[in-house]
Amino acid sequence: MTDNAVECSGLEYTFHRGRRKDAGTRAVDGVDLAVRTGEVFGLLGPNGAGKTTTIRAITTLLPTPAGMVRVFGHDTARERTEVRRLLGYVPQQLSADGGLTGRENVELFARVFDVPRAERAARVAQALAAVDLTEAADRMAGTYSGGMVRRLELAQALVSAPRLLVLDEPTVGLDPIARAGVWERVDAVRRATGMTVLVTTHYMDEADRHCDRIALMDRGRIRALGTPEELKSRVREQDPAAGDPSLDDVFRHFSGRGLTRGEATEGDIGDVRRTRRTAGRVG
Amino acid sequence: MSGAPVAPQAESVELGLLLVPPRARTGWRVVPARVVAMCTVELQKLRHDRTELYTRAVQPALWLLIFGETFTRLRAVPTGGIPYLDYLAPGIIAQSAMFIAIFYGIMIIWERDSGVLTKLLVTPTPRAALVTGKAFAAGVKAVIQAAVVVVLAAVLGVGMTWNPLRLLGVAAAVVLGSAFFSCLSMAIAGVVLTRDRLMGIGQAITMPLFFGSNALYPVELMPGWLQAVSRANPLSYQVDALRGLLIGTPAHLPLDFAVLALATAAGITVASGLLGRLAR
Repeated sequence: MTDNAVECSGLEYTFHRGRRKDAGTRAVDGVDLAVRTGEVFGLLGPNGAGKTTTIRAITTLLPTPAGMVRVFGHDTARERTEVRRLLGYVPQQLSADGGLTGRENVELFARVFDVPRAERAARVAQALAAVDLTEAADRMAGTYSGGMVRRLELAQALVSAPRLLVLDEPTVGLDPIARAGVWERVDAVRRATGMTVLVTTHYMDEADRHCDRIALMDRGRIRALGTPEELKSRVREQDPAAGDPSLDDVFRHFSGRGLTRGEATEGDIGDVRRTRRTAGRVG
Repeated sequence: MSGAPVAPQAESVELGLLLVPPRARTGWRVVPARVVAMCTVELQKLRHDRTELYTRAVQPALWLLIFGETFTRLRAVPTGGIPYLDYLAPGIIAQSAMFIAIFYGIMIIWERDSGVLTKLLVTPTPRAALVTGKAFAAGVKAVIQAAVVVVLAAVLGVGMTWNPLRLLGVAAAVVLGSAFFSCLSMAIAGVVLTRDRLMGIGQAITMPLFFGSNALYPVELMPGWLQAVSRANPLSYQVDALRGLLIGTPAHLPLDFAVLALATAAGITVASGLLGRLAR
C-alpha cells in the first residue's frame, strides 16, 4: 500500500484544437509528482502553467493513459469510480447553485455520494457547521457573499468524508478577510479529519503560510518542489545575494521569470475569462 | 507548515459523521438514486422560484386561446368529429413540454461554465446516471408545466378525462417525451459546446419538430415526405398517446410508449457519450 495520496508519473496532456491530432497545446509536459498522505500540498504557478489541467487529470475529468495518475493507489484511468469516492473537489468557478439554499446545495452532494436518508440531515448539518454556515444554511445561496459561497462549496466537498480534498484556486477574487476565513476552515477541518489537501493558487503568501510542501509549475512543468523553507534556502545557497527570498523570488529563480506584476500572466482567453468571471461573482 | 490560524468554531463543532465515508450504492440502485437526487433539485428550485412556471404558461395559453379558438370556428381541420380545441390541447401540452426540454442543454452548458457540472462529474455518478437524472428532472418540470396547460384547457372547456390512471399515463408520456428531447439537447450541447451555438440550433429544430408532427393537424393531411418525417418524429408518438389518453381518440398506446422509451434510451446513451466533452 502506498503512503502517497497522489502519484503522477510523466503526466502529459495536450489540448487538440480541431481535427488535427499532431497540433495542439501541450498544457502539461511530463509532470512527476507525489503528494503525501495527510499533507497540504500546493501547486503554484501563473495562469496557463498547467495547474488546473493537472488537477483535472487527478480528478478524472481528463482522460489519461493507465498508470500515469494514481490516487491512494487507484489508477484514475481504470478505477475512476473508486477514485471519485475518495475525492472532495472545489473547482475554480463559484459553483454553488444560487437557486437553492445552502442546505439544499450540500444535500445534493450527500445524495450523489449515497449518504443514507437516516443520517443525511445530521451529516449535512455537520458539514455546514464545520464551515460556520449553520445560521445561513436556509438562506438562498444566491444571497451569500463570495467567501460564504466558497465555504459552502467546502461543505459540499466535506459531506462525503473525502480522503483527498482538491481545491482549485479556492480564494481567487476574495478579499483578504474572506481568504483568511476560507483557509481557517480548511486548516481546522484538515486538523480534525487528517485528510490530504491538494490546492492550486497563485497567491504566494497563502502557499507560504498554509502548505506543507509546494510545487512550482510553469509552462506545463514542475520547476521546483519542496517545503517553502527548503525552496527558499535552496535559492539562498545558489544565490547568496538573494538575501531573504520570498516565494515569488523562488519562482523567479527557478523559472527565470516572476509570478507577479504581469510578468507571467499567461494562459489562454478561457483561463482569463474563468478567473475574471469568478472574481466578478465574488464581487 | 507554519502555524496557520484555526477557526475556533470549526474545531469545536461535531465532525463525527464527516470522518466516515458513506457506503456506496452499487448495481441497479445507482441510477434511480441519482434520478431522485436530480428531480429533487428541480422541484426545490421550482418551489423557490415559480416565475418560470408562470411565464412558460403564456405561450400555450396563447396557442389555445388564439389559434385553438379561431381554428375551432374555421372547421378547416378534419378532427374526426371532436372540436379542434380539444384536438389541439394534447398537442400544445406536448409542445410546451418539448420547449422546456429542448433548451435543457443550455442549462448543462451553464452548469459547465459555473463549475456545477464539473463537480458532479467528479462524484461517483456514472455519466449515464447523471444524464438520466437530468433527463427525468426535465420530465418532472414538464409534468408540472403540463398540469398548468391541462387546467388552462379545462377552463377553456376542453372535454378531457379525469381518470387518474389515464392522467398517470399522460404524466408518463410527458416525462418520456421530455426526457428524450432533453437528451437530444444535451447531446447537441456536447457537440457544439457553447450556449450561442446551441441556442441557434435549438431554435432551428424546435419549429420543424413541432410542425412536422401531428400536434396541430392529422398526419394524413401532410404531403408524403412530411408524413415520413412525422413518423420518425418522437413528438408525434407523444401527441398520439396524449390525445388517446386525454381525449379518447383512437391511439396506438403500446407503440407510442415503446417508441418514446426506445428514443429516450438512445438519447441517454448518446448524451452520456458526449457529456465528457463538456468537462474538458
